[in-house]
Order: sequence, then structure tokens, then C-alpha cells
Amino acid sequence: MEKDGQTSTLMMWHKWPVRQPRPYLKRYDPTVPLLTGQRVIDTFFPLAKGGTGSIPGAFGTGKTVTLHQIAKWADSQVVVYIGCGERGNEMTEVLVEFPELKDPRTGKPLMDRTVLVANTSNMPVAAREASIYTGVTIAEYYRDMGYDVVLVADSTSRWAEALREMSGRLEEMPAEEGYPSYLASRLAEFYERAGRVQAKGSPERDGSVSLVGAVSPSGGDFTEPVTTHTMRFIKTFWALDASLAYSRHYPSINWMNSYSGYLADIAKWWSENISKDWLDIRSQTYGILQREDTLKEIVKLLGPEALPDEEKLILEVARMIKIGILQQNSFDDVDTYCSPEKQFKLMKLQVDFYNKGQQALKDGASLADIRSMNVISLLLKARMDVKDDEMPKLDKIETDMIEQFNSVTGVKVEN
Amino acid sequence: MSNQGGVQYSKIAEIKGPLVIVDGVDNAAFDELVEIETTEGERRLGKVLEVGNGKAVVQVFEGTTGLSVSGTNAKFVGKVMEMPVSEQVLGRVFDGLGRAKDGLPEPVADSFLDINGAPMNPEQREYPKDFIQTGVSVIDGMLTLVRGQKLPIFSGSGMSHNILAAQIARQAAIIGTDDSFAVVFAAIGVQYSEAEYFKRSLEESGALKRSVLFLNLADDPAIERIITPRVALTVAEYLAYDLGMHVLVILTDMTNYAEALREISAAREEVPGRKGYPGYLYTDLSTIYERAGRLKGKKGSVTQVPILTMPSDDITHPIPDLTGYITEGQLVLGRDLFRQGVYPPINILMSLSRIMKDGIGEGSTRADHQEISNQNYDAYSRAQEVRALAGIVGKAGLTPVDLNYMNFGDEFEKKFLTQAIDENRTIEETLGLQWNCVSNLPKNELTKVKDKYVDQYYKE
Repeated sequence: MEKDGQTSTLMMWHKWPVRQPRPYLKRYDPTVPLLTGQRVIDTFFPLAKGGTGSIPGAFGTGKTVTLHQIAKWADSQVVVYIGCGERGNEMTEVLVEFPELKDPRTGKPLMDRTVLVANTSNMPVAAREASIYTGVTIAEYYRDMGYDVVLVADSTSRWAEALREMSGRLEEMPAEEGYPSYLASRLAEFYERAGRVQAKGSPERDGSVSLVGAVSPSGGDFTEPVTTHTMRFIKTFWALDASLAYSRHYPSINWMNSYSGYLADIAKWWSENISKDWLDIRSQTYGILQREDTLKEIVKLLGPEALPDEEKLILEVARMIKIGILQQNSFDDVDTYCSPEKQFKLMKLQVDFYNKGQQALKDGASLADIRSMNVISLLLKARMDVKDDEMPKLDKIETDMIEQFNSVTGVKVEN
Repeated sequence: MSNQGGVQYSKIAEIKGPLVIVDGVDNAAFDELVEIETTEGERRLGKVLEVGNGKAVVQVFEGTTGLSVSGTNAKFVGKVMEMPVSEQVLGRVFDGLGRAKDGLPEPVADSFLDINGAPMNPEQREYPKDFIQTGVSVIDGMLTLVRGQKLPIFSGSGMSHNILAAQIARQAAIIGTDDSFAVVFAAIGVQYSEAEYFKRSLEESGALKRSVLFLNLADDPAIERIITPRVALTVAEYLAYDLGMHVLVILTDMTNYAEALREISAAREEVPGRKGYPGYLYTDLSTIYERAGRLKGKKGSVTQVPILTMPSDDITHPIPDLTGYITEGQLVLGRDLFRQGVYPPINILMSLSRIMKDGIGEGSTRADHQEISNQNYDAYSRAQEVRALAGIVGKAGLTPVDLNYMNFGDEFEKKFLTQAIDENRTIEETLGLQWNCVSNLPKNELTKVKDKYVDQYYKE
């Protein structure tokens, strides 16, 4: 190509040093949610496009399954999956499964939008340290083409251990638990490469890189250095809980310990696109879970019979929310992905049930009557029985619910 | 690798724990095999851990007791440690370094293989999906073992892990195939009686002639333990990928392996990680566990059942912790169940089989398998809560549904979990027992199972 009298060769490819972030024109606030179809993530602890999230958990708590779910269903155009020091068969699973699965938005195989960076646990440690940077550079490259990219790193702890191993070999002075003192600054540099930006070049285009890193704390102890440092640099924290996993509550994201810093930013999107009541209904749902958490302490000491009926109803509805909303079966054909409309409707039905239940108790209905309503079992199974395009079925559950509440409080339905 | 293999040095600078530091060495290679000859003419084996500045750090497998700085010769062999393999290894007993221990001559070798193996490219792996029927209800029903999986047993001192592993080795079978099957057993620092139990158990079931045993007993040199699982896996890989056999590898006890690794790390004055174990314990363990699997285009498979005893039953101890991060699930034995005399005492809530979902269901076991298993998990977890509650408020304070869960828990432990050491249950029997258990609950409590299965299998 000739420009200003100088000739230069243009290639169909280019090289970029992986440790150096690629430049952009300007950065936007993260205000668009990254929808993953996972209820506990989208509704309760959302991630924004261009945001950062971390998912720490002991082994067996479902880190990898959750990350696979994000890689499968996130509404981005490109997914970069870094298998950093993890199991070989998990990489193979992606290679076998993703070509078979269809992207719900384009109808093409999921593999077409996925890049895998594989460094399994028995592969060289020095490559493991580099794999994270390789992945994020690929992600930035697609971002600069104007795509929304999700980068999933499983697991950043193995990367930190690779740092530690090399630091030990270099005989550097160790900081906490043998990790080098620059662990925190390396983590900060990595997570700061996330963002929704206006990319360089013409035509004008926007792209984003969202970073999700798994952390594998030794012994499941969240006070170890990699977890504590990571928490300083991310905004969404999905705390996996071994006791939930032991009782097969999946995804085992603990709703009391997790948080999302994007809630206020993305509430606007939900109110414009799904329902203006979204934030209110979400707060009510979360409120019920919080009340249950305090009541559980009393139950532990005195047994559930010590509580008045309206508090017993809280326990009952919290249990329903856990089974009907928070739990999600990634291996069920319907339940594996839940549209935002369905997420909202399911949540609204539970809140309606709770409010009507409290009213019914005031009107003299007994708790036993409410407990024996068959709409409860419909509500609990709706996540698996109702497909995304069968929303009228949820309306039917709603009318059933109103009828059944009317019958327990003795009100006749007027035709 | 040095092209001057066979170079001999006699200048020993220092002997420190299991390490010998040889001086004036040039051209030695990392991991190179070293033959050490003592003043009395005794020969020991070692490998190079570190080279540089004209020195080589050599780890001596048989220990350094009796070695002296003067008069000891170190011969750098010019290759890494290799294991001679052929079909004749079947039915044989070897020591922890892979030398014949049964009084018979060394088997004639078809080839010599590097004991460190090579990492499998995930792209070349075949995803594990063939159900292995172990005949143990709790494993087949709720923690299914799949060909090519690595599923460890997390146990504690004195519990029945060896009995369970031996039962799995005797009974494991794939339904509807007659592919050849082999067992590779590596004893890593275990007591004589435990290794002998295992050997006898294989003998009685007629499986010894298709087994290979590697024995590093409790009184054998600790440093040898670094090698034992690697020679065992090298033989397993040969049987699987060259001879097309389905190999079950049992490694017991991985805790002793990790301790040997710590001993060497301490002698090398490395910066320790948690509890004095080296920072690379995770990477090192993964080079053992990741050698399970299947390869595209190869008939055989390597399935691993490593056993480890958790120090003071602590699952957060670095050894079980890092193992759990690498393996595809874990079978955790519970001290409570063991004390109650339950066999196998598997605590299902803490246990997990990660690739179970791919090995079960229509076409391999039965369509309702996953769902009925989920329902049993859910119900057992509820049963445990109810039991705790009953401890506070007494049985009288429980609701009728709570009592149903209590009955479920009792039947689950007595009828489903408990079975005899020689009892080989079919998968149909196992699934039937699971339905018997949940039939203690009212129908509307079965939220994890599709209605059509409830109609078909629920027992009124």
C-alpha cells in the first residue's frame, strides 16, 4: 500500500504482544446486562457487558459447569474459553459438545463462535502463565472488530500458582503463602483489560470484553490470597457454597454471600425491555430470602413450630424460590436456558404467591390449606415444564393460583 | 539428553537426605537416570533434579543410607527412566521401581517406555461415556464410574477403602461387551497385610492372571514412592493403547506419595506451600491423575481409582483438596457411617461423579436414572436436616412429611447403601431399590422426577 509516498506491506494478519493491552478510543459505562440465561446470575447477581466477575469455590461446587453454561448461553458474539491448568476431559467435553449445540440467536453451531485456549494441568507451567494473556489478547482482537466478547478463565488460581512456581524457581522473596508480592498487581492488570469501548478504526464501532475468572481456593477458604486479591478488582462475585452443592442445590451460588456491583446500572435495561416492576419484584424476592436467613437461626434453636404462621409462610416461599428459581438444571433441555421474560414471570408468580398467601392468612385461611394447594407443585416444576415460547402456560398457572387462593379463603369466583 | 551417555563421575560434593550432589558434571540432563555405585559395589538408581554450575542434584530412590562422599560413583546413563513392557507383564508382581519381585525372571520386553508418559492433547481425547457396572449400588446408582474416568476414594485411617477398591476391581464390568480387561495395582507405602489382601482377593476371583502388581510397602524406601505410580501408569497405558485392553488402575495410598514428595522438596530447601507441601504439588499430582482417559482411534482405556487417606479426616487438607480439583469427582467415606457398621460407608452428599451424566440414561442404563438419582440426593439431604431437627425438638415436633423423610433416610442407609462384600447387584436392582426408598415419600414431594416416571415406577 502506498501512502504519503511511502510503500508498506499490509498483511491479512498481525502480531500483538500478549502482555500489552490493545488500545481503544474511549470507554463506556457498563449499562447493558450480559444475559446468560441463568436465573441466579441474570436476575440476582448480574454481570454487565464489559464487566468483570469472579466465581470462587471449593472442588465439586460446580465452577466448571457454571462457566460452561455462561460460555454456551451468554448473548455475546464471541466466547474465549481458557482452560488454564484444569482437567483434560473438560476441554474435550467442550470440543465434543459445542459443535452439536446451536446458538439460540444465530442458529449456527456454538463452536463457530468459540475460541479455546488449552493448557491442561499436566502441561507446562510456563505456558500456563502465558495462557491467560493469550486469551485476553484474542478477546481484545474481536472486541476491536466490534463484537461483544466473553472471556472465561478456568481457573485463575492455577495461573497464580504458575506465577508462584516460577517465582520460587527464581528465588524471589515470597509474600503470602509463597505467592510473589506482585500477584495483586498482575491480577489487577488482567481484570482491567475488561470493558465496553469504542474501538479504533473506521467505520465507528463498539465492542466489549467481559471477563469471568474462576478461583479455586485451597480448602474452599475464601481468605486465601488469590480470592481476596481478586475480590478487590472485580464487581460481580458469585460465591459457590460447598454445603449447597452437597445438598445438590445447583448452581450452588450462595445468595447471601454473592454480590453484583452492576445492579443499579443495568436495572434501567430491565425496566425498559422487560418490565418496569423488575427492580421492585427482585427486591421483594431477595427480601424473602433475607428474612428466611434470619428466621433459620431461630428454627435451629427452637424448631419451626415456634414461629407464627406468617413467618412459616416466609420459610415455605423461600423454599419455593430456592427450588423454583435459584436452582437450575443445566442438563435439562428446557431448564438449561431461561429467557429474561420467563425469569421475570417466574419471579413475579412467586412474589404474588407470597403476597396472596399473607393476605389469605389474614383472611382466616390456614397454613395447611395453603401448603396443600396443587399450584405449588406447578410453580416448582414450571422452570422445566414451560418452554420459553410457551409463556401463556405461566398465565394459566397465575389464574389457577388466584382461583385456589379464592377457594381457601372462601371467596366465590364471579363470572 | 546428553549424547555422552554412560559418563561416570566420582566427585560427590555433598549428601543431603535423599539427595546426592555430584560435582564437576557437564552435559547432564534434567530427569536423566543415574546409577549410583557404593564402595561395596551395591547399585542404586536415581534421577537428576537440577543441573547447573557444574553440579547435578540427584535424587536416590533407594535412599542414601550407607553412601559416603568418597568412593561412591555416579554414572549418568544418558536417558530418562524407562519401563520395559510386553504382554508378559500380566500376572506378575514388581517392586516400586518396576523390577520383578516374584522370584521369576524379568519379563522379555517388547519396548521401553518413558515412565513420565506424555500429556494427552485434549483434542485427541475421546470423551468418556461407557458405563462401568461395579455391582455396588451406591456407585452405580448415584456416583457412576465411567471408562476413562479418574475417581478417587477419600478415606480415613482404618476405614474400609481397600475392601471397597478390591470389590470394584473384582466386579467391574461393561454390560454387553467382551473386551479384554486388566487391573493394575500400585501399592504406595502401604502395609504388607493390605497389599496381601488385595493380591489374595484378585487370586480368589481368578483375576490375578490379568493383573499387574507394583508393591512399594511401608518399609521400602520412601523416595521410591515417587516412581511407583508412574511405572504402574506406564504399564497401564501400554496395555490400554498398544494392546487395546480396558485397564483399571488402583493407586493406594496417594497420601504416602505426597509425603515422599514433601521429603524431597524439604531436602532441596524449596519455599513450601501449605503444610510444608511444595507449591507444585497440584501440578505434580496432575501428571499422575491426568494419565487416565481414552484416546481417539484406540480401543483401550485407562480408568483410575486412586485411594488416599485424609489426615485426621480433614477434606480441606492439601492432599485431598488438590486431588479433588484434578479428579473427576470423589467417593468420600464417612466416619459416622463406618462406625454404624455400614458398608460401603460412602457419604453421598460429599461425593460426586462428574461425568456420570454422560455414562447413564437411555441406551446405557435407564432413562429415569439421572432423575431418580437426583431425587435420592435431594431426599437424603432433607432427611439429614430432619434428623438434626429431631435432635432438638424430638420426633413429636415433626410434621408427617418430616417423618416420611426420616423413614426414607433409614431405608436408604439400610437397604440401598448397605450391601455385602461379595454382593454384585445389577443396575436394574439398584434403580429398583432407589425407587423403593423414595416411595416412602408422598408423590407430590417428588419434584425432581418427571410425572411419567413416577407413574411407571413409584410403589404405592
